[in-house]
Amino acid sequence: MLGLDFSYFDLEVLRKFVLGGLLFSIQLTVVATIGGVIFGTLLALMRLSGTKVLTIPATFYVNGMRSVPLVMVILWFYLLMPFVIGRPIGAEWSAIITFVAFEAAYFSEIMRAGIQSIPRGQVFAGQALGMTYGQNMRLVILPQAFRNMLPVLLTQTIILFQDTSLVYAIGAYDLLKGFTNAGKIYGRSEEAYILAAVVYFVICFALSWSVKRLQAKIAIVR
Amino acid sequence: MTWDWQVFLTDDGSGRTYLEWMFEAWRWTLMVAASSWVVAMLVGAVVGTLRTLPGRPVVAALANAWVELFRNIPLLVQIFLWYFVVPKIFPAFQQVPGFLLVVFGLGFFTSARIAEQFRAGIQALPKGQRYAAMAMGFTTAQSYRYVILPMAFRIILPPLTSESMNLLKNSSVAFAVSIAELTMFAMQAQEEVYLAVTALYALSAFAVNRVFALIEKQMRVPGFIVSGGTGGH
Repeated sequence: MLGLDFSYFDLEVLRKFVLGGLLFSIQLTVVATIGGVIFGTLLALMRLSGTKVLTIPATFYVNGMRSVPLVMVILWFYLLMPFVIGRPIGAEWSAIITFVAFEAAYFSEIMRAGIQSIPRGQVFAGQALGMTYGQNMRLVILPQAFRNMLPVLLTQTIILFQDTSLVYAIGAYDLLKGFTNAGKIYGRSEEAYILAAVVYFVICFALSWSVKRLQAKIAIVR
Repeated sequence: MTWDWQVFLTDDGSGRTYLEWMFEAWRWTLMVAASSWVVAMLVGAVVGTLRTLPGRPVVAALANAWVELFRNIPLLVQIFLWYFVVPKIFPAFQQVPGFLLVVFGLGFFTSARIAEQFRAGIQALPKGQRYAAMAMGFTTAQSYRYVILPMAFRIILPPLTSESMNLLKNSSVAFAVSIAELTMFAMQAQEEVYLAVTALYALSAFAVNRVFALIEKQMRVPGFIVSGGTGGH
């Protein structure tokens, strides 16, 4: 069909070349999501703190990260990390650190919107119960903000999973790299790109479908 | 690490300075982004509108399929598909320059997102607007042309702003197929150049933001749509 031949990509080849890459892409997505949400929430709290010493650096960081292409950030960290740490680190580690730092900016915007979506009365209620700022955030505000924003956070995670393919710029071994390597070895690059597209599509489509289901469920609960 | 800003004035080996090279690369970035933006807006507006047409489930389903297809594959993979796979399967594309293939890739990828915004914008309009158009005796085409689309476009200007800025940033992915744009240029040079390139991206994205803020201000319909004045930041 159309001069394409997929017969080279049997299970053995996929296991040998692609599986490791897929696992790294998933690992990168999971670590960057968890790290990004944690640091993003901290950034959001800093921006909402009303103290200039905290709001200005956080705003600067978030807007700075968001106005630069991810590829450039990946290249920057890959270039600078060895200077910061004092010894060269692999492309994979560099990618993980980069994605946590980069996604924190995007997650912080989501968490900020989530925190702001909580009625002021909730804050006052917490204070009236004698809660400290930390208790109020941890027990009252953040759980609700997190739940309200869950669909948006998950959608961002799907985008993040797609963006992990950009580690191509520093040659980290991810899902895409697995396919391109296999394609090169067997002289079947075109087929490899098509298969990569299919795998990404199936994963992302399934995830976004689940998010839609979840959203419908949450909408009823509310 | 020490800074050496002289690098911008040194020769790159072909008789031009790095500074000239960088502006050339900036021009490529802007050209890729602008062309893709035109493709993305045209396709996105059409597909997004088709998804809302009343009584046309097949058309809407096809338009939905378009959005799902282009939204769920990473941009880099899509660009590889356009650049390496499409010319192999359709020999007619072998004559098409690589620049245009990247524009298709980036344009269609973004069109899915813009279509989603158009759909959301159109569906956000009160039903009364559609009924009012019907009551005036407008055909479906007329009600879209004169009532629904003008209002929907204004509603989605803020998200359209951020998507256009995203498009500009995403044009950096063109480095992967050797388009001579800013990221490609940065990868062939050193730290000082990284810094300048990063600044140019931020500057370009900010310019896009300001242009859209201007459009939003100019097109505001008095008495309609209180968007809260958020300019898509």
